[in-house]
Amino acid sequence: MSRRIVITGMGVVAPNGVGIPAFLNAIQHGVSGLKFIPLYKDLHFNCQVCGVPDFDFTHLKDYLTEVTFHGLKGSTIGYAIKAAADAWIDAGNTLYDGKIHWETGCVFGNSVADTEAMKRIISLVDARQSRKLGSRMVEQMMNSGSTAYITGLLGLGNRIITNSSACATGSQAVLMGYEYIKHGMAKRMLVGSNEYIDNYIFGAFDAMRILSRKFNQTPEKASRPMSASAGGFVPGSGAGALVLEDLDFALARNATIYAEVLGGATNSGAQQGNGSMTSPNAEGVVHCITDAIKNAAIEPDDIDLISGHLTATIADKMEIENWSAALDRKGTDFPMTNSLKSMIGHCLSAAGSIEIVGVVLQLMHQFVHPNINLEDPNPEITGIADLHCFPTKKLDKNLNIVAKANFGFGDVNACVLFSKYKR
Amino acid sequence: MSRQEILEELKTVLAPYTMDKQVLSNMTDDTEFIRDLKINSANLIDIIIDAEDKYDIEIDADSAEKIHNAGSCIDVIMDKMKEKI
Repeated sequence: MSRRIVITGMGVVAPNGVGIPAFLNAIQHGVSGLKFIPLYKDLHFNCQVCGVPDFDFTHLKDYLTEVTFHGLKGSTIGYAIKAAADAWIDAGNTLYDGKIHWETGCVFGNSVADTEAMKRIISLVDARQSRKLGSRMVEQMMNSGSTAYITGLLGLGNRIITNSSACATGSQAVLMGYEYIKHGMAKRMLVGSNEYIDNYIFGAFDAMRILSRKFNQTPEKASRPMSASAGGFVPGSGAGALVLEDLDFALARNATIYAEVLGGATNSGAQQGNGSMTSPNAEGVVHCITDAIKNAAIEPDDIDLISGHLTATIADKMEIENWSAALDRKGTDFPMTNSLKSMIGHCLSAAGSIEIVGVVLQLMHQFVHPNINLEDPNPEITGIADLHCFPTKKLDKNLNIVAKANFGFGDVNACVLFSKYKR
Repeated sequence: MSRQEILEELKTVLAPYTMDKQVLSNMTDDTEFIRDLKINSANLIDIIIDAEDKYDIEIDADSAEKIHNAGSCIDVIMDKMKEKI
């Protein structure tokens, strides 16, 4: 199959920048989007910092009709609408064009449905006032709620899918969209993912004792991937969206092309070997990366940059080991590697799509964003890959191919390869 | 409260549910919610909830089924307000 798939539009709602220009500026300058949350202190959480986008819900009135906006309560759906509509407009389309885009589909994922809607339902039902819920709660509590709002707004008429695979959701959505176009089922796919961390979701993660707890006074320092002092991840909220497009279709409509998707793979380590519900089986990860490289028809040595999953837990070291084994590269030969989570925390389902927007921006503008907070690199990691592979300042560099991977609870892996667009 | 006063107030209640502001501003008893105001049928229940809040009344399911245009909506609201007294 000779079809090439390119990226022609992007939108982002990230803890360190809402909209592409703000986000680009933030990742170039190493701006943290993590904040201390006083409520988390009141709730006796161990971790009291979170990645929160500076998002004004009322700005959705710029995208939605008055009727649709009235009754929309959920932040998670709001993030998705903003990112997806921005990506669609960025790709040269207009909202409310009156068309059904039969050639364009959508894969958009989340890990939980809108918890603000769920909370409202639970409260009113328990207070015996369910009749006050009205007609708009079901569409916001359903897992496909975000996808439903997006596709209705953009008039997308091809396959419409809501995917969910925990922290691999975003990368998996991009890969699924790529595959549908590659196999000729669609010409364009709006892909992405969203996540809204409310008190309840945060509390459940906090109870697992896997979150950063020693930097509550200095939130911007709390997410420290690959450092010796990495003591857990920091949850974050947001959404990322991209327009993937058949190259010929994009050229025919004179679209601006940002980058190319070369291919990828998604699999599972089946929670066997050293894998579990919460930790990836190394064999599965290596398989996934190897399969992705094969699918993209590149060589391991072609990879200029790894945008890692790298959450700031003990799994960071295992991840670098797995990349090293899959690529057969180590020491000074190991690719440049960074983790956007050092700035925005771990946006769970939204991580993959936000981080892929970051990858595309680095390809477009030819730089490697800094790993902030990497003041004390974990010697076990620098024993595998040379310290220079983990820049702590923005590095201008010729980038051709970038590998992106995410690994989710349930032992689900996803790896996607991107390149600079060449005619 | 007169029918005319309730009709005027209903325009505010209905505003977030219709894009046809011209039809809304010229609304009469005979203006149909779905056909003329292009209101999504699922939203009729939201309008009833908003009217309940506005007039501090309770519109039971049987009464709600009678509502299809401004006139029938005003009838139900006036009935329920009388019941309250």
